[in-house]
Amino acid sequence: MDQLNNYLFIAAALFSLGVFGVMTRRNGIAVLMGVELILNAANINFVAFSRFGGMNFDGHIFGLFVIVLAAAEAAVALAIVINIYNNLNTINVDDASSLKN
Amino acid sequence: MDNIFIKYSLIILFLPLLAFLIQIFFGKNLPRQGDWVSISAIVSTLVLSITMFVGMFVEYDPNFSQEFSFTWLDMGAFKIDLGLLVDNITIIMLLVVALISTCTHIFSTQYLKGDIRYSRYFAYLGLFTFSMNGIVLSNNLMSMYMFWELVGVSSYLLIGHWFEKDSAANASKKAFLTNRVGDIGFFIGIMLIYTAIGSFAFSDIFEGVSSGVIKSTTLTIAGLGLFLGAMGKSSQFPLHIWLPDAMEGPTPVSALMHAATMVAAGVYLSVRIFPLLTPDALLVVAYVGGITAIFAATIAITQNDIKKVLAYSTVSQLGYMVMAVGTGVYTAAFFHLLTHAMFKANLFYGSGSVIHAMHHALHEKHDHETDPQDMRNMGGFKTKMPITHWSMLLSTFAIAGVPLFSGFLSKDAILAGTLSFAQHHPQHILLPIFGFGAAAITAFYMFRMMFLTFYGDSCKPEIMSDIHESPKEMTGPLVLLGSLSIFIWYTLPYFNPMSTHGWFTDLVTPQDSFVPGNLSAIEIEEGAHHAHYLAMYISIAVAFSGILLAYLMYIKKVFTAENWAKKAGFLYYWSLNKYYFDENYNRFLYQPTLRLASKIAWVDWDLYDKYFINGFGKITNLASHITAKLDFHGIDQILVDGNGKIVNIFGKSIKRVQTGKLQNYVLYVTAGVIILMIIQSF
Repeated sequence: MDQLNNYLFIAAALFSLGVFGVMTRRNGIAVLMGVELILNAANINFVAFSRFGGMNFDGHIFGLFVIVLAAAEAAVALAIVINIYNNLNTINVDDASSLKN
Repeated sequence: MDNIFIKYSLIILFLPLLAFLIQIFFGKNLPRQGDWVSISAIVSTLVLSITMFVGMFVEYDPNFSQEFSFTWLDMGAFKIDLGLLVDNITIIMLLVVALISTCTHIFSTQYLKGDIRYSRYFAYLGLFTFSMNGIVLSNNLMSMYMFWELVGVSSYLLIGHWFEKDSAANASKKAFLTNRVGDIGFFIGIMLIYTAIGSFAFSDIFEGVSSGVIKSTTLTIAGLGLFLGAMGKSSQFPLHIWLPDAMEGPTPVSALMHAATMVAAGVYLSVRIFPLLTPDALLVVAYVGGITAIFAATIAITQNDIKKVLAYSTVSQLGYMVMAVGTGVYTAAFFHLLTHAMFKANLFYGSGSVIHAMHHALHEKHDHETDPQDMRNMGGFKTKMPITHWSMLLSTFAIAGVPLFSGFLSKDAILAGTLSFAQHHPQHILLPIFGFGAAAITAFYMFRMMFLTFYGDSCKPEIMSDIHESPKEMTGPLVLLGSLSIFIWYTLPYFNPMSTHGWFTDLVTPQDSFVPGNLSAIEIEEGAHHAHYLAMYISIAVAFSGILLAYLMYIKKVFTAENWAKKAGFLYYWSLNKYYFDENYNRFLYQPTLRLASKIAWVDWDLYDKYFINGFGKITNLASHITAKLDFHGIDQILVDGNGKIVNIFGKSIKRVQTGKLQNYVLYVTAGVIILMIIQSF
């Protein structure tokens, strides 16, 4: 279990799941969750490389930054989703197309 | 009194200009329409002129001359100096201009009373006086030419003073254009002299002529060119046609410009340039003058308009002066200019006074049909207008050449000159014949005018009760100038009525001509002196025979004019119609010119414009149609629009990728990454 590859596999799986979620879901919340998965996959990569790459705590600190950013992003995105719901009575991202054309 | 003459003459020059400027801008708003501004300016110049005249007597120096010049234009090699020249001739001429101009100003206050352009009239008089003084004072041809043109302009403005009348407007145009013909010659003469000598100043020119810098052929042509200018201004044959028409202007203007001063400018110029005229040029000058003298006199016999008689008489007298210049006695020409200015101005004032009275009388009778200038409507005014009559009679004696009067002296000097010229050159015997012939005719027609106007029975008795003597402003100049027709003024300090000897001959002495080969002044004077008595007897004889004939015809009615007119046949009609000069000019000069112009216009419009220019237009039109087609169907439709269409097609097919759906984009990104990874792995 102490192998870099294991972490990378998990991170890749998580990333793929996140991308898949972003691509396939029509629900805004679900898309956001996909994005979170991608971010966390990246976090795992950061920390894993930091741990096995012989570096100091740079990766950890990057991970902390990403988490903070993700939290902020989630707050903004959820606010957007709520606004979309208020205006359109749905959170289906395909319906939020009033800027098109 | 070194420079005092120059200072005075500068003031004399510019005071009338100042009056002109004040009058033209503020005249209408001043009390009395500002005539007092002009009059005070002109009286000041008269006072200064008299002062200069007295100064001339104090000096009593025939060679007196002061010059002042400044550089007007300096462009390296091309340099023009302008300046003033004051000598005895100038001083006399300034006095003549100032005196007649003053009289005209005062006369006009009555003659033009109530005129709609009263202030403008006085303004123009100021402009004229300024320009005339400029001609008189110039020491070079350039500024003389400028003032020459200014005189032409003021003449144009004053002849056309009543421009509502078509005849006045046409007369002013005719005067201006006829003068242009002469002025072109003047300008050519100036340029010829400048190219040869390189200066416009008289002194430099004379020096150049005497040192032979200028070839005699060129000098002859240049002299004739300058003389052509003099012919235009002094209305010499064949450019005389404008002066009689110029009588359309107000009568005081006729007195000032078209009798005394402006028309004398040509003679003045001839007197000034006399030393550079070659024998050939002088001969032309003499013949032009002689022909003008006799020719205009024969027209004056039959004219019925009182001003027309005087106009032709002026032309004839100017011819005398020009002939005198041509025969070499140019001081006699200047003397005649002086005496003629006085008596002819006075005759015009007299005619103005008569016309004024006629106008008034006809107005009272509400008669607007009768011509107030026609002598056939006058007669018997002697008792009604005694002052006018007597002063005009004095001047008539003077112009007819009766002894004891000024005209006798000056005319005699001229005739003596022509006689001596004919003695030197017997082939030119025609010149004295012209001279004496004109003298006889002058005496006849002047007395005809006097008899028709003032003597006999009135032709229109109904208006006689309304004929009155003119007011003081008009009779004053008449009395003054009438007295100046008496010989005594010109021969002081001597009292011999038979000899011109006096201050004038002392102060204005003839100069030698600078042209090598011309007779010297002494020789000319000797000849004239020898011819003097013969000339005097003949001239007295012809003058009295002319007067006698007029007396017999118009007072005693021994012969009637109608019979003689019938006997003379076509000659009478030629004279009455001024030898059909205007008609012939019209037929042989103006009409062909107009026809030529319309031919050229036809070529220009119908050929050049319609075919050449319009052809160009048509070709351009056609070419542009073709280019437009090429442009539209070729470039626009295929190339430009084709580009657009291709872009359109591509855009339409590619735009399907742009779904606007985020997931699709993520899919593309993912697919791209996968493709990159596959490429990477090879």
